[in-house]
Amino acid sequence: MTTATANREFRTGDALPGFTRSCDEIQLFLYNAVLYNAHRIHFDYPYATEVEGYPGLVVAGPLLGDWLHQCVEEWLDGDGDLERISYSNRGAAYVGDALHVGGEVTAVDEAAGTAALTLWVRNDAGDTLVPGEATVRLGAGGAP
Amino acid sequence: MSSSSNTAAEETLLTPELLANIGRQDAPRRELVTRREIRKYAIATGNRQQRYLDGDVAPPMFHVPLFWDVVTMEELSPDGVFIDKLLPKFPLEKAMAGGLEIEYLKPVHPGDWLTATRTLTDIYEKRGRSGPLIFYELVMEIRNDEGELVIREKTTRILR
Repeated sequence: MTTATANREFRTGDALPGFTRSCDEIQLFLYNAVLYNAHRIHFDYPYATEVEGYPGLVVAGPLLGDWLHQCVEEWLDGDGDLERISYSNRGAAYVGDALHVGGEVTAVDEAAGTAALTLWVRNDAGDTLVPGEATVRLGAGGAP
Repeated sequence: MSSSSNTAAEETLLTPELLANIGRQDAPRRELVTRREIRKYAIATGNRQQRYLDGDVAPPMFHVPLFWDVVTMEELSPDGVFIDKLLPKFPLEKAMAGGLEIEYLKPVHPGDWLTATRTLTDIYEKRGRSGPLIFYELVMEIRNDEGELVIREKTTRILR
């Protein structure tokens, strides 16, 4: 199915452009500073690797959730609103990992003016670290 | 209880005392949204949209830093984590991946006062491949000063 807004047509199967990013120490520091999150696995390399056994500093889970939101909003580019999102942090990402953030339109409900999306954050090994789903309201609107 | 072989499958880790915590709420927290905090969050998350970088409107998930617990250092465990006082002591403690579901109902702007109330809405048990799993659900409702729902977030966590 497809639906058209003033500027765009949305089709089932459309791919969200997405992006590839990695989180470095500075971004991870700033992110956790904004949260006031002191969890050592995000900044104490000897603790993260020797005590917790991680291969590196762990990227904060909600930062990856935020990237799913950015992927949706950059794709909408003002032609709709993110109404609902769900995601799960299934696997850890580490500082320096190349992370591929993307998604696809799985359904378009013309009557309701909404589209359903599937979303993901994947690493270079192809593991889906953060699967997600979202509902967007199509058409330029109010929130947020 | 009988000694039949299926007794183990019927046993539950969820005592009436534990289940009595369902419905528990913490004290509402009211916080002010500022342009400065929006800008810091937008920059730290790598956001590329100017309205967020300028702090004119809050990006989605800005409620995460806005309502993150601010506690004294004495309340942090040695690994830097705050123990959530809304949660009871569970008989399983190893946390597995959980999930988040967020509904966005209204935009958030600098100058808005928002109030968050968290409720422990459910505790249930499932049998995993390697033994029992406990699930719990926390719902955070965020309302503006007019009492309108702005954001609703449900967190599901799994313990093994």
